[in-house]
Amino acid sequence: MKKLKYALFTGCTAKQSTPEQMMSTMAVARKLNIELIELTEASCCGASHLQDYDDFLSLVLNARNIAYAEKHELTMVTICNTCQLNTAMTKHRLDNNAELKARVNEKLAEVGLEYKGTSLVTHFLYAIIDDFGLDKIKEMVVKPLSQFNIAPFYGCHNIRPSELHNESHKTAENPYNPTSLDDLIIACGGKNVEYEQKNKCCGFHIELQAPHTAAVLTGNAIAGATDQNADMMVTPCPLCHLKLDTQAHHASKAIGREVSLPVLHMQQMIGLALGCTPAELGLKHHVTEVNFI
Amino acid sequence: MSTHTITTQKVNFKVFRFNAEDDYLPYYENYSMDVTSEEVVLDILNRIKWDHDGSFSYRRSCRHGICGACAIKVNGRSTLACKESMTTMIEYFGNELTIEPLSTKRAVKDMIIDKADFWDKHAKVNPYLVADIDEAPTCENLVSPHEAEELDEADLCIQCGACHYACPVVEINEDFFGPAAFAAAYRFESDVRDSDADRLIAVNEEKQGVWDCAKCFECAEVCPKDVNPISKITKLHQMAFKKGVAKNNVATRHAVGFFHSIKKRGVLDEGGLVLYSEGPSIVKHIPVALQMFRKGKITMPWNMPKSDNLDEIQKLIKSSSTVKF
Ligand code: SF4
Ligand code: SF4
Ligand code: SF4
Ligand code: SF4
Ligand code: FES
Repeated sequence: MKKLKYALFTGCTAKQSTPEQMMSTMAVARKLNIELIELTEASCCGASHLQDYDDFLSLVLNARNIAYAEKHELTMVTICNTCQLNTAMTKHRLDNNAELKARVNEKLAEVGLEYKGTSLVTHFLYAIIDDFGLDKIKEMVVKPLSQFNIAPFYGCHNIRPSELHNESHKTAENPYNPTSLDDLIIACGGKNVEYEQKNKCCGFHIELQAPHTAAVLTGNAIAGATDQNADMMVTPCPLCHLKLDTQAHHASKAIGREVSLPVLHMQQMIGLALGCTPAELGLKHHVTEVNFI
Repeated sequence: MSTHTITTQKVNFKVFRFNAEDDYLPYYENYSMDVTSEEVVLDILNRIKWDHDGSFSYRRSCRHGICGACAIKVNGRSTLACKESMTTMIEYFGNELTIEPLSTKRAVKDMIIDKADFWDKHAKVNPYLVADIDEAPTCENLVSPHEAEELDEADLCIQCGACHYACPVVEINEDFFGPAAFAAAYRFESDVRDSDADRLIAVNEEKQGVWDCAKCFECAEVCPKDVNPISKITKLHQMAFKKGVAKNNVATRHAVGFFHSIKKRGVLDEGGLVLYSEGPSIVKHIPVALQMFRKGKITMPWNMPKSDNLDEIQKLIKSSSTVKF
């Protein structure tokens, strides 16, 4: 197989509060022989909050990020659901509205850039599934996670809106019963846990303004996984990770029940199965201790 | 057209039954049926009533996706019964389907619910045109096609409630107006003829307003009319800033904080954003912040990353900004 190569949009979280996600992304890419060119020029995607403030500006900034991927003539991979949403949404709107695209390009021209629409935008989870292949991951597993029940937590912005998902990825995902992360768990030798909250929201985006609602959503998710005997959760989104990993205490108080589960980034799960060391995967950076290694 | 063949398959239905007048608790009845690829969910409800149990109750009227009466839940997913094809339901959920009302908590009889909470919230956004009308106009009150486009199809809403009872925030926060009420608010806020001063203020209030939306996109996913309520919520956020209605609070600062952070370093300064949003209330985050610090999850100001070519970003912010707060 030809070596896979992508332009990596790290987003901000991987560079700050989830350093383990950055480490494990790079560790897994090395194992799978995937080349990631980091887009160091990229700005924050706005996380759908800048979008609430200034729509046009957020389009210009995201188009600029994509323009850098286009310069490399590479597909952009994201490692955050919300980065994926905002970047793919920008692409969708510009590719379907010539007038808007022209207005954005008029601005980008001021800094010598152009958005063409030539690069795809895909989440790393789906790049691995669509381009690398789960069969090959399976063959490479050296430490199958066979003794673990693992609850997949998909996160909203990778699976909804489903039209945007299906436009951005080769594998269509059923928004009511997504399966990609389940398939990845199985490929890593683990037992996937079915539970009601696997495709629900963790509440991350309203943690500051609506802490109670946000905490109940998180609590329900961890409780749902716990009740189906999960030993841990796994997610493709660093924001979901932050919420589930660092907010278990508030979540427990909000739902009146003590809940807490170790949460892996999907990169860490793959890394463990492929024989990466806990240090390479940054397992010491979790607030809810990863205590099964 | 193509030669379309009708296929048939067996489906097991688990159907919610409850009569608030007689039953102490709800129960589920099981029915097995051969379902054809031509049928919609409402056909199944009809067949339960006509072939199995005449007392089975549900709302329907137009059978054309217009009256909004027939929304129910299939395997937990809000569905407009007369529009949703059984083929899609089987594709989503397989051959074991659970039929429930939009809200089991609000059930009155079988699929029929008390939708009062929905209508109360709908009423709170003044879902009608507020305008000084000249009672004897000399010519028509014209709206240009361009102005009409601003409604962005919010006027297609049939008030079926599918989104409202799919919204996780409505479920937890009883003050939250919910996606349908916000879509209605946007429908009139975006109408050039409207001059209501209270609506946008009401949808900006804490707890009840748009700032408590979790951005989960459930409402967009279930809406049978493609109203896309979350996109209207986003537009109401933007309007609040544009029209100067946005209050200075943690929610609005959370949005504006991204602007300042990107302007300063391209990438987001996470800690700085929380500080900017919360102000002195930051203290309540200290326990978690300390835990995160111990695990190496807090970046110190002197290590804060910056985007390369930051000057480009700053230049674009200067030339492309359309809002001031
Ligand atoms: S979504 Fe979060 S991680 Fe992604 S770029 Fe935006 S702020 Fe950064
Ligand atoms: S699950 Fe949470 S972090 Fe993930 S996309 Fe939804 S709200 Fe955002
Ligand atoms: S996006 Fe907002 S309004 Fe829509 S369902 Fe989610 S929380 Fe409710
Ligand atoms: S927005 Fe869509 S789902 Fe919500 S009430 Fe209107 S038509 Fe129904
Ligand atoms: S019966 Fe009128 S919308 Fe379904």
